[in-house]
Amino acid sequence: MKSFVDNRHQFVDDRPEHPDSIPLAIHDLTVAYHRKPVIWDVELNIPEGKLVGVVGPNGAGKSTLLKACQDLVPKTSGEVQIYGAPYRDRRGDVGYVPQRESVDWDFPVSALEVVAMGTYGKIGWFRRVGKLQKRVAREALERVGIEHLADRQISQLSGGQQQRVFLARALAQDARLYFMDEPFAAVDAATEEAIVSLLKELNGAGKTCLVVHHDLASVTRYFDWLVLLNMRVVASGPTGEVFTRENLQKTYGGKLSLLDDVADRLRHVGR
Amino acid sequence: MMLRIGCVMLVVNRGKGLGFFLTVMFLVLGTVIAGAQESFWPEGSYVWKVITLQTYNSRLVILSSALLGVASGMAGTFLLLRKRSLMGDALSHATYPGIGFGFLVMVLLGGDGKWLPGLLLGATSTGVLGVLMVVAIRNTTCLKNDAAMGIVLGVFFGFGAALMRMVSDLPGADAAGLDSFIYGTAASMVSSDFLLILLVTGGVCLASLLLLKEFTLVCFDEDFAASQGWPTLFLDLTMLGLVTAVTVVGLQAVGLVLIIAFLIIPATAARFWTDDLRVMLALAALMGGAGGWLGSSLSSLFMDLPTGAVIVLVSACIFVMSMLFGPARGVLPRALRHVRLRRKVGRQHLLRAIYEILEGQQPDVAEPIRNLPVDLAFLVAHRSWSLSELNLLLRRAQTEDHLEDAIEGQVRLSEAGFGEAARITRNHRLWELYLIRYADIAPSHVDRDADLVEHVLDAEVVGQLESELQGRPLSLEVPPSPHFIDQHAGS
Repeated sequence: MKSFVDNRHQFVDDRPEHPDSIPLAIHDLTVAYHRKPVIWDVELNIPEGKLVGVVGPNGAGKSTLLKACQDLVPKTSGEVQIYGAPYRDRRGDVGYVPQRESVDWDFPVSALEVVAMGTYGKIGWFRRVGKLQKRVAREALERVGIEHLADRQISQLSGGQQQRVFLARALAQDARLYFMDEPFAAVDAATEEAIVSLLKELNGAGKTCLVVHHDLASVTRYFDWLVLLNMRVVASGPTGEVFTRENLQKTYGGKLSLLDDVADRLRHVGR
Repeated sequence: MMLRIGCVMLVVNRGKGLGFFLTVMFLVLGTVIAGAQESFWPEGSYVWKVITLQTYNSRLVILSSALLGVASGMAGTFLLLRKRSLMGDALSHATYPGIGFGFLVMVLLGGDGKWLPGLLLGATSTGVLGVLMVVAIRNTTCLKNDAAMGIVLGVFFGFGAALMRMVSDLPGADAAGLDSFIYGTAASMVSSDFLLILLVTGGVCLASLLLLKEFTLVCFDEDFAASQGWPTLFLDLTMLGLVTAVTVVGLQAVGLVLIIAFLIIPATAARFWTDDLRVMLALAALMGGAGGWLGSSLSSLFMDLPTGAVIVLVSACIFVMSMLFGPARGVLPRALRHVRLRRKVGRQHLLRAIYEILEGQQPDVAEPIRNLPVDLAFLVAHRSWSLSELNLLLRRAQTEDHLEDAIEGQVRLSEAGFGEAARITRNHRLWELYLIRYADIAPSHVDRDADLVEHVLDAEVVGQLESELQGRPLSLEVPPSPHFIDQHAGS
């Protein structure tokens, strides 16, 4: 059988030399829901130990990007490498804070039990949550400052406290790379402060955090690396270099007419 | 006897959750038995014999129904928490064509077509097919769960009805009795049916206990579960498998129309009593079991009543009781909490009003506020109270020893009342200050919000507010109000 490509061809490999030290390397990633592309040809390399803000308008595919990195939505094309390996081999290195609204807070569990869920991956099948895991969960609650609410049922917590429970659950995962989906959305001032100091603490410990963020006013204060996203990556780099008027205009202002046009056509073909 | 035990337990056990539930159940049981002693009801000793399984005829049916109740209570808990309550309904209706298929195949193979395991096997296969179809429709189209379930439910049941008609016209086959699977006939159960139900109940209990952690995670946060590498689809299908097993073995006893009530009622009733999933699971099993036991006992005492229907009605009684009395989220406990809060708010408003009037009467800021009698006229003018409201508040304050005797037309705080008034006013001011400083609220708008929130402030929050507001006094001194208090028009 004739193959179109074989080893004799020389490919230009622009991937980094030591992939193990790169927390997140995304190559040519496209994700589509029902034929409608949500993110398009995303190329991204995130260096170790950065606080990364992912910023873009509504529907820019920020949440989808985080989900695609963790195999939660099928990739249409492309690949994602976490510390140089596919996600399924690196689950233990990744912590996840989903959007707060994504779950039902009326669920009959306590704050401590939700946080302990972060350790389930390490506990494995059938075994119960043990003393060790409970201690880990309690410590995580302490780090976000609500250890006194450990036994509260989660519907009795305020929005900010619920957000902290989610953060604590990610802490209990004891990861190197954290994906956080809008942790600052609709939280009180005290929680915002607590989250910021937690991010700095994680950063100080050499962890990498990818944080979807909405408030442009605080971007420069919170993050040292920035990804501007609107279906594709508009810019990615140190905040000081990337956070420019021109880039923001590209991200938020005006429609990216050509890309939209193509997406529209694809949708019509699909019908 | 039971009634007495129940009453004693009610007195002894004023705790929450399981104990309280058992107490109420005893009361129900007692009432049923006491009622059964009336003349036109079956004789009391006979009722007792039936309920305690001493009659051979009904023993098997009662035990089977109770076991089925336990299994469906547990399986239903996960169904409910996964927000798939109606999946049980789609599933049970989807079993109908399977019964026809099972019959058809067995007749074609030369049997009489009524062999129960064969029929249940057929029911299982189309039931599973129905569930898979719901999942497939949901995953491949834009349709949501409810629409997918509605489609599957209707189409499968319609197909089943058509198929039943066709097989009943087969030459040489007697399909009479197949339609009993729609409403169920528990009285026709034999010991092998009981063993099957026992087996399924054991399986459901075992799976629920072994996979409790996994099921909980998937029900609560599917994405997070998937991100940790848990096979969410497999766990989902396992949960639905338990529901399928319960549904299929329940077909004979309760029928495919009512099985949904078996699955959902115990779980929803249990939710009223607790905020802990494990307790909820145990309670749902207990309630399902109790409903099955009592319901089938009643139906065997009144032979004309269909078992499934009576069980569902008994379960409905348990549900209504839970809805009314369940301490976690029942209607009455919630109303009681609301009344208590309103009383607390009323008391705090009264004490603070008196304190603020005293402040107004003693303008010298260097001097501490002294506890003097206050004219009732000032008090009426201070807030928009009606006279009857104010009288009620004052009477309550008197019974709480917050007021001392004073001359006609005046009120005077007691020592305790004055201390309480100072504490409440201080908390209120601290909260107002906090809001002004941190929440960007104009001072003139603060009081309303502070009124609502101060009533839930505990010592810890007060301490936090004090440290947030550096430079504020830490002693029992009350900071001045940040806004103007109109002594005559209310604040």
